[in-house]
Amino acid sequence: MKNILEYLEKTAEKYKDKLAFADTNREVSYSELVNNSKKIGSYIGNETIINRPIAIFIDKTVNCLEAMFGTLYSGNFYTIIDTKSPKERINLILNTLEPIFIITDTRNLEKAKEIGIDKKIYVYEEMIEKSIIDNNKLEKIRNKMIDTNPMYILFTSGSTGTPKGTVISHKAVISYASWVVGTFDINSNTIWGSQTPFYFSMSITDVFSTILSGATFYIIPKMYFSFPVKLLEFINEKKINSIYWVPSALCIVANFKALDEVELPTLKKVLFAGEVMPVKQLNMWINKLPNTMFANLFGPTETTDICTYYIVDRKFKNDESLPIGKSCNNCDVLIVKDDGTEAGNGESGELCVRGSFLANGYYNNPEKTKSVFVQNPINKCYPETIYKTGDIVKYNEYNELIYLSRKDFQIKHMGYRIELGEIENATNGIDGIIICACIYDTENSKIILFYQGEELTEENLLSAVKEKVPTYMCPNKIIKLPKMPYNANGKIDRVKLKNILKGE
Amino acid sequence: MEELLEILKEIKPDVNFENNKNLIDDDILDSFDIVTIVAAIDKEFDIQITAKDILPENFNSVEAIYNLIQKIEEE
Repeated sequence: MKNILEYLEKTAEKYKDKLAFADTNREVSYSELVNNSKKIGSYIGNETIINRPIAIFIDKTVNCLEAMFGTLYSGNFYTIIDTKSPKERINLILNTLEPIFIITDTRNLEKAKEIGIDKKIYVYEEMIEKSIIDNNKLEKIRNKMIDTNPMYILFTSGSTGTPKGTVISHKAVISYASWVVGTFDINSNTIWGSQTPFYFSMSITDVFSTILSGATFYIIPKMYFSFPVKLLEFINEKKINSIYWVPSALCIVANFKALDEVELPTLKKVLFAGEVMPVKQLNMWINKLPNTMFANLFGPTETTDICTYYIVDRKFKNDESLPIGKSCNNCDVLIVKDDGTEAGNGESGELCVRGSFLANGYYNNPEKTKSVFVQNPINKCYPETIYKTGDIVKYNEYNELIYLSRKDFQIKHMGYRIELGEIENATNGIDGIIICACIYDTENSKIILFYQGEELTEENLLSAVKEKVPTYMCPNKIIKLPKMPYNANGKIDRVKLKNILKGE
Repeated sequence: MEELLEILKEIKPDVNFENNKNLIDDDILDSFDIVTIVAAIDKEFDIQITAKDILPENFNSVEAIYNLIQKIEEE
């Protein structure tokens, strides 16, 4: 099959009336989902205008999912715009994307008008009300599609401040979602409790494994992630058995000891990705749910979502770090050293990925594409693109991949090569630390540690760090923050940390 | 109450806590803010706010948070 819609249609045939997706306001069965998406596709579709970008400006709701599939029925590809994003950032994205029009719903119409001044706007409710499915047109469009056509463009914050649009094809999503379904046994009994936004690559995993398998998908209201007991009660109420969340969401539940208040008898799979999962909080989860599968997934948006994974199969001490495991099925990784050769036993290097999970490149950005989507340096015989992740990794004694740091976080300090991630890991294992982050002050050759947590004297904190890392890796300056800064994707905002340091 | 307001303002200087009664329902405080606020209150008031009390209705306004602190102090 060449198009994700073929998977949707096949699943809808088998599980017609089964609940597919639900948010706080509405639920759709698989057949309703197909119908509504076809209505949208028929309304906006035109056989002569295909393979073009469409911006979707709708909150994380069932409406948004139908607009996504509707766009695909029209033969085009989508970008989900974060409705809460500042206007300047939305403008940067729209300037790169140049969408042919915007889809929104009545709830966001006013705001959509503000951002998309000269673009035509289609309103979800109006399309559903007025549109009549035109199967003839949809078939003609489908016949023109190929599996390397983009399915969506996902924008991530580039280090320079200009968002990069990663182009992901139908082929990549189909390959990737097939791996998810096979590895984690996702089937029609799976009930996902979804945390991540649709403009974030992690949502590909639960949304499209649902489409392939006939699972059920509940959108968990964002507010519940501030109130762990309510969140766990929601899991029980909906009988959710699988979750794929960012570590910070799992940590909030653990840190507030909500697992002591509410039992989770239905939860069988806990997957996480997006940032490093602290082992201290992971152990709190494992202790409460000893029969549940826990898996650490790892990868960038440029490999659809994930390229390596590790299913937790042994005990870890609080200051140990979790492996990122091995490459996914139908995906291969290699570790490449600075000189372009493959790393040997135990050597570290940059993680590079090859195979069908790979993005086509960055939208309207050939320079950036060329710098990281490159010819496989190990293969001299035929053209083969790999993606350079910028992550430094190595194999451990169990032949599992270990994440060391970002290439840009690897520093040279007093002659030593140091991974800042290792210092962070050691510090996060210390009692009283909620979260920490390290940056390197290149000008003054100093390692700066920022932390949020209980008031610890610099002396006590340093001696605790010294127990775990060599002296040359000890932070030279410690800054306690009332609150760690996070960026739009919920990751620690290191640019802001550098600014805080400048202001000191 | 004054002490509480000071703590909140240090964490979120851009929010008008005196007038806003829908801190949660209007998406003004996110989960990172709640974690930070709870940790700060625990420390400053020498109490322990537990998961059972971390509910939207206890964090929608300064008054609600203040009432929660008083309730825990009385216990």
